[in-house]
Order: sequence, then structure tokens, then C-alpha cells
Amino acid sequence: MIEVREIQKSFGEVEAVAGVTFDVGGGEIFGFLGPNGAGKTTTINILCTLVRPTSGSAALAGYDVVSKASEVRASIGIVFQDPSLDERLSAYENLIFHALVYSVPKDVREERIASALDMVGLWERRRDIVRTFSGGMKRRLEIARGLLHHPKVLFLDEPTLGLDPQTRNKIWEFVHDLREKENITIFLTTHYMDEAENCNRIAIIDHGRIIALDTPAKLKTMVGGDVITLSTADDEAAAEQIKELHGLEATAQDAKLILEVPDGEKFLAPLVRSLDTPINSISLRRPTLEDVFLKLTGRTIRDESAGALDSMRSHVRMRRR
Amino acid sequence: MNMNNLRAVYAIWLRDVIRYKRDKARVVSSLAQPALFLFVFGNGLARGLSINVATGGARTGYVAFIYPGIIGMTLLFTSMFTAVSIVWDREFGFLKEVMVAPISRASVAIGKALGGSTVALIQGGIVLLLSPFLGVKLSPLLIITVLPVMLLISFSLTSIGIVIAAKMESMEGFQVIMNFLIMPLFVLSGAMFPLTRLPVWLRSLTRADPLTYGVDALRGLILGPKLAEFSLALDLTVIALVGAIMISVAVYFFERQ
Ligand SMILES: Nc1ncnc2c1ncn2[C@@H]1O[C@H](COP(=O)(O)OP(=O)(O)OP(=O)(O)O)[C@@H](O)[C@H]1O
Ligand SMILES: [Mg+2]
Repeated sequence: MIEVREIQKSFGEVEAVAGVTFDVGGGEIFGFLGPNGAGKTTTINILCTLVRPTSGSAALAGYDVVSKASEVRASIGIVFQDPSLDERLSAYENLIFHALVYSVPKDVREERIASALDMVGLWERRRDIVRTFSGGMKRRLEIARGLLHHPKVLFLDEPTLGLDPQTRNKIWEFVHDLREKENITIFLTTHYMDEAENCNRIAIIDHGRIIALDTPAKLKTMVGGDVITLSTADDEAAAEQIKELHGLEATAQDAKLILEVPDGEKFLAPLVRSLDTPINSISLRRPTLEDVFLKLTGRTIRDESAGALDSMRSHVRMRRR
Repeated sequence: MNMNNLRAVYAIWLRDVIRYKRDKARVVSSLAQPALFLFVFGNGLARGLSINVATGGARTGYVAFIYPGIIGMTLLFTSMFTAVSIVWDREFGFLKEVMVAPISRASVAIGKALGGSTVALIQGGIVLLLSPFLGVKLSPLLIITVLPVMLLISFSLTSIGIVIAAKMESMEGFQVIMNFLIMPLFVLSGAMFPLTRLPVWLRSLTRADPLTYGVDALRGLILGPKLAEFSLALDLTVIALVGAIMISVAVYFFERQ
């Protein structure tokens, strides 16, 4: 459905996208996961014909994004990262505008608008001017709008940034539902790890390059198994003993020991039995995509300050809205 | 132009009309500014300096003389403001929604030009309602002839505005446009003074101003052909030509965005 070959885009000195190649199949949910400035939005803008690539080529539903731009535009829907509503119109009027420019057939127009508004919980507010909406409500309206014309390919650029968990879940339910019914292809960018788990395949992108591309499960096997976190009465002694008995290197982090083991469930009982030091707590978790990113780049996508950065970004977003 | 693009033109037009309807301040100010010019400035000047305008063998009071000019001013300001709202749309992101839609860029420019001219026509129409207070008699037939001419003028002016908006990066540039385009267009149009007996340099400047022909057409229609400088046919030809050229340039700019 989407074929991208060696796409590269420079803005003056800055190389936003440094030659990426990938394919997305029909009906697939494909995700771009990467830190700020990695080139996610630029890639989307190229695919949806708003930005011309400096070099390389991309095709969508068989149409080249440069030479067949209007055919591409007819096949896609997009939820932009930045606000794009007309704040002086009502929610309903924004959707009618969209339905008109996307030639949604007249006989299904009202019904589509109603179900889209219903999905995002804005039916009751349909006559209100968008300017009076909260940031989250505006975001929900944009998502409803992007889905209105049932595109073949839907681009979601950080669709749920700043939304509460219930709304995020609801939107994901709708997206999965729509994909099943209409077999639409979804391309999303995010830096929410849990959101990325919704994808069939994920490309991890950093500095304009794809550094890994696979299913979430496969990506996580790159980490080398499960992660065990434990805290004991004497961590130093425990670490020594673990090395002695199991040949494993435990790393200390935040007054806790962290172990990477191939099969965590099987290893847990022997580990507990083998330690002389009393154990205060122990937990086992599957590796996350965050661990994968850390492994690949040596950095976290969202290090300690990133949580704050993220909420600041959504704050800026809201303020601009 | 196929059905989809026609529908897009309609959507873009409709959006501007809805936004205008909702903007009560604009409706009020559309009356306030012309009223200020006509009743205060016009009256003050005419009485204070006892001005009468005599041109082409016809004679009229100053306030009546500038009335078509003030209608032209209203069309000019409204058309420009509506067209330049494209820059706001770019700033607030709505333009992306339009640019990524499966419609021709020509329909975007044309929809915008029609939206701007409709709004300007309504604003100008409101100024027409002032005529009884100025001692100008407008017959229903005359109103029916004047309105399409006003629409044509508005279309040309909005197209000029769109060409500028397409090249404008941010709203900061608006002040520049106001000073270097809108005000000169207004002042040079002969809205406030007769075009006869001007020094040559000023005469050439007024003739280079498209609004001159708009004001002249309105003046000829409303006050009688004797007070007009050019024939109605010439006026309309120039306005239509400017409109055709400007909308083509606007479409071209949009296609390359
Ligand atoms: N229009 C532009 N002009 C100049 N530089 C740009 C432009 N758009 C993007 N860039 C640069 O390209 C790089 C990639 O930006 P992009 O928006 O694609 O990142 P992103 O992965 O979407 O990041 P984020 O998670 O913050 O949205 C950045 O360094 C950015 O500064
Ligand atoms: Mg981005």
C-alpha cells in the first residue's frame, strides 16, 4: 500500500530524513517510533504530498507522491500533529466542510458525521464553536474528521498526545474496528510506548534513519529476554551471589538490581531460592520498546526530563489551539 | 472543472460566508467606517470649505460625490481582509487541511475569491442602505444594476488580495500591505476627489489604480454618467481584465505551494 524508497529530505543544513526505505502492506497498522526531531512528521508530510522529497521516491496505493499527488490525496486521510481546525466554525461545520472537499456522498454524509462525532463523544457539542472546546476535545474532533471519508490510508501524527486514557482507548477501539470493517491501512507516529504496541510493525527512527523495523514482539527479543527487578537487604552481596551462582551481571539502578534473563518465569524460583540475602521485593516484566530503543541507541526516547518535555509540548499545543 | 472541485469551491465559499455571519463586529464596523467618512468627514469638509463638485458639466454636493467612492472603499477593505485571512489559515494550520484535500488548487483560489467577493458585496450592500440619508436616490432598477458591478469589483480586489496572501509568510506583513497597497489603492482611486484637473504625475498614478475604474463605474451608475471620467464599458473591461489576470496568478501561486 505504501512503498518508500530511499526518501531523503533536507531543510538547508538540516537533514530531516536521511534516506529511509520501507513498505507498508494493505490493512496493516504501521508505526514510527522515535524521539523529537527524528523525522517522523517530515516523512508523513512527504507521503501526504505536502512536502517534496529532496531525493528518493514514494508511492501510495500505487501512485507516486510527487507526480500523482492528486490521486494520492484522494486516497488518504490525515490527523496532523499540529492543530488544523477552523476554530470559528462549529464542530459540525468543520466536518461538513471536510465532507464537501472530500466528496463524501450526500446520502451518507449526515450518518457518517453523526457516527464520527459519536465516537469521539462530541455529538452533544456539535453546534458549539470549536474555539470554546478544550484541547483534548479539539484533538478528538480532528481524529473524527480524519476518519470521516473512510480513506484507504490513514496517517495519524501523534494522534493521542495530551488525551486522557479513556479517550485514547476509545479512539484505538474505533481505529481497530474501522480497519477490520474497511481494511484501511494506518500509519502512525508516536512516542507513547504502549500506543506503539497497537502496531503490527514498528520502525524505530532516530536522526532521520530507520534503525530497526519489525513486529513489536520481535523487536523486544532484541533485548535478550525478560527484565527482573529486585531489591534486597544487601544489594551488593546479592549481586555478587547472582554472578557467582548464575553467571549473570546485575546492574544497580535507583537502589534496585536489574537483571536481563532469557526466560524470566523459569528463572524466578531458582533465583529466589539461591539468595542468602533476604529479598524485599521482586518483579518480572517483559521488555518494552523503551528497552529496545535504549539498547539500540544508548539513549531513552524519553529520559527523566522527557516526561516533563512531553507534558510541556502538549501544553504548548493546547495553548496554541 | 468537475463536480468534486465545484463542491470544494462551494465549501470554501460557504466557510467564509458563515464566518462573516458570525462576526457581528464586522457587520457593525462595515457601517461605522463609511458613516464616519460620509457624515463627519464629508459633511465637515463640504460645509467648512463650501465644496461643490462640478465635472463634465454636472454638479453635485461633495457628500454625494464621495458616496460611490466610500462604497468602493468598503469593497476594497472587505475584499482584502477576507483574502488575507488565508495567512491566518496558514498560521492556525487550517490551510493544511485544505491543501491536503483531493481538490484542485484552482478551486481553492476561486472558492476564496468568491467567498471574499460575496462578503464584500454584502458589506457594500449595507452601505447602499445609507443612500436616503445622503439625498441620493436609488431606484430598484439601479440597485439591480449596481450590485453585479460591485460583485465584479470585489472579485478583482479579492483576487489581488489572494495573490498577496499566497506570498505572505506571516501576519506581521499585514501592516506593510495596509500602508503600501490598500491605502494607496484607496487614496489614488479618486474616491474622495474628482479625477479632472490633476497634475500629470498624479493623473497617471490614478489611472494605474484598478479601483479608480471601480469607483468611476459606481459613480457613473449612481450619480449619472456625466460625473464619470470614463465610459462604463471601459471601466468594466479594465476591472474584469484585472480580475482575470489576478485570479490566474493566484491559481498559479497556489498550484506551486
Ligand atoms: N519546515 C522546516 N524547515 C526547517 N527545518 C525543518 C522543517 N520541518 C522539520 N524540520 C527539521 O527536521 C527535523 C525533523 O523534524 P520532524 O518534524 O520531522 O521531527 P519529528 O520526528 O516529527 O519530531 P516530533 O516528535 O518533535 O514531532 C528537525 O530537526 C526539524 O527541525
Ligand atoms: Mg512530529
